[in-house]
Amino acid sequence: MLLAENISLAIRALISNKMRAFLTMLGIIIGIAAVIAILTVGNSLNRSVSETMQSMGANDVFVAVAQRSDDDEEEKNTSNLWDGVRYGSFARASEMTDDDYITGDMIKAMYEQYSGDIYAINISHSVGSATLQNGKEESEISLMGVSVGYFVTNSVDIVEGAMFSDVDFSEERKSILISEDTAEDLFGDNLKDAIGKDLECDVSGKTVVATVCGVYKQNQGSGNSRMMMTSMFGGSTAYMPLRAAMNIDHSEDKYSYFQVSAKADSDPKALADKIRDFYKPYYRNNSDYRVSVITYESLLEMFYTLLGTITTAISIIAGIALLVGGIGVMNIMLVSVTERTREIGTRKALGAKNSSIRAQFIVEAMIICLIGGALGVVVGIGLGVFASNLLGYPARPSIPGIIIALLFSMSIGLFFGYFPANKAAKMNPIDALRYE
Amino acid sequence: MGEIIRLNNIIKRFYVGQPNELEILHGISLSVQEGEFASIVGPSGSGKSTLMNLIGALDRPTEGTYFLDGIDVESAHDAELSDIRNLKIGFVFQTYNLIPKTTALSNVELPMLYAGVPKAERRKRAKELLEMVEMRDRAKHLPEELSGGQKQRVAIARAMANDPAIILADEPTGALDTKTGRLVMDLFHRLNEEQNKTIVLITHSPELASETDRIISIRDGNIVDDQYLKGGQSIDVEQWKKEGV
Repeated sequence: MLLAENISLAIRALISNKMRAFLTMLGIIIGIAAVIAILTVGNSLNRSVSETMQSMGANDVFVAVAQRSDDDEEEKNTSNLWDGVRYGSFARASEMTDDDYITGDMIKAMYEQYSGDIYAINISHSVGSATLQNGKEESEISLMGVSVGYFVTNSVDIVEGAMFSDVDFSEERKSILISEDTAEDLFGDNLKDAIGKDLECDVSGKTVVATVCGVYKQNQGSGNSRMMMTSMFGGSTAYMPLRAAMNIDHSEDKYSYFQVSAKADSDPKALADKIRDFYKPYYRNNSDYRVSVITYESLLEMFYTLLGTITTAISIIAGIALLVGGIGVMNIMLVSVTERTREIGTRKALGAKNSSIRAQFIVEAMIICLIGGALGVVVGIGLGVFASNLLGYPARPSIPGIIIALLFSMSIGLFFGYFPANKAAKMNPIDALRYE
Repeated sequence: MGEIIRLNNIIKRFYVGQPNELEILHGISLSVQEGEFASIVGPSGSGKSTLMNLIGALDRPTEGTYFLDGIDVESAHDAELSDIRNLKIGFVFQTYNLIPKTTALSNVELPMLYAGVPKAERRKRAKELLEMVEMRDRAKHLPEELSGGQKQRVAIARAMANDPAIILADEPTGALDTKTGRLVMDLFHRLNEEQNKTIVLITHSPELASETDRIISIRDGNIVDDQYLKGGQSIDVEQWKKEGV
């Protein structure tokens, strides 16, 4: 009964001093917003990563040519964070000489040695952006040559036509798998028309004829990073058998990276170690490059380590903001108690116990913090959704996170409101009544 | 008629045990009967306010005993003093002391809120009390929207909320003009006559004091005069003023 009265009193007090209330809340708003934003982004990343892991499995091993650095330890068999960073740095490929690449023969030799552990090998070769033409209709795509194993780790749904056949690969046919979007661009709504059609494909000044064998739909989860890449190139990806694609731009049988899927019953970490050891002799005399082998699992670990570091850093900042905000609340509550000294005296004369006065001011501090926390949650979700969209991941606000943030901001109110409230409670009613 | 206030040899000292120890009340004994309308008069510095604070259970005497409606006040704990103030005393202040930004109705409800009266009952009684002071139509008004006289009437309604043993009015007309002051005094007379409410009026105005049943004069911490005015008897106000009361 008193609580309801105290809450409505506190809200009235805040309404009558809106500007002051808002400024007081600011620290809490910033602190809570930072926490909620990082929780939202972190949650989105976490879920995206775990979904990705489900579709392209934990059994994957990445093999890439990586630049040597001074602190590399030749004998070290564990992958470090830098391997993960270098793995993504394809830009270096331009500085690499022919001798630095992994050749098709090297891959074949490795496969022959460890075929018992290997389920599939995924090699891809990006030809670059190309234009597909069906009569007058045109569509921008990015053309990618892929090995048989590509679709083992990158799942796509064929909605029309069929996947490449073995013959497509062995005869190096210029068969092409196009996305739904591309098919709609070229053939309109009737996707069936696309199958078996010969399309003119303009790529780096040359025109080749490619035959559509199927239309695919990108699977959720597997393709977030790819979707980002293709959106940068402007257009969706079209796939072609690896050799056929390499014939177009006369690429040699050399690769800067490929992916290996371990068999379900074999240990990807052990396989990674074997592959690393296998390629060591090839690069023994190479002073600039080496082969870096990492498992999907260790990539994830790196990701979580990085995420954890960022989360910790932002949490510390948020903690400081909340501390400063809490002190601000305490300060304004002390001002409020002083301003309302006569009111406190009157209440005591009317029979308010010390505990009622204390409760009144603690509730007021908690309401300030709760409203600040709620605003912070709103701002935080907004920032989180914005950042998640920027990163290309679906935003997922963390519900327990929001509840904890609100409870936490209330406990800030309790903690920092207690001292001023206690000061009010302990006032001598006579002095308080006489206060001018 | 029972005894409502019983003060026995009350001594009040401040700064006890310190070099500047100060004795304000030097041993006051006083008895007020139920239904009396008594006034306490005295110049400033006489100990009038200190006595009022003791009677109002805002403070405890250093020595002596105080019974209010049979309750031993001087030995009560802080929380018990709160209850005594809440249930036994109705304060009316010179400066009204209504809670700001809170409607007249909520102000009247406040003592009942602290007494734990259920909401519906609280509201009903508060409306009746506002009706009594002819402020029913201003129930939803904030103190800032009321005139001085209106505020004081709301304050009197609030003082009556828990049907206290005494109404303790400290210069209730001090901030009002003569006309509205008159209305407030009439209200006290009505409460005294119609509801037999015990009222203790603290004032430095001989005119107001002469309206009451009994005048208790305080000077330098002692009761110097205690006079019952019976049946239309009036005191010589001019004589009082000469004496500098």
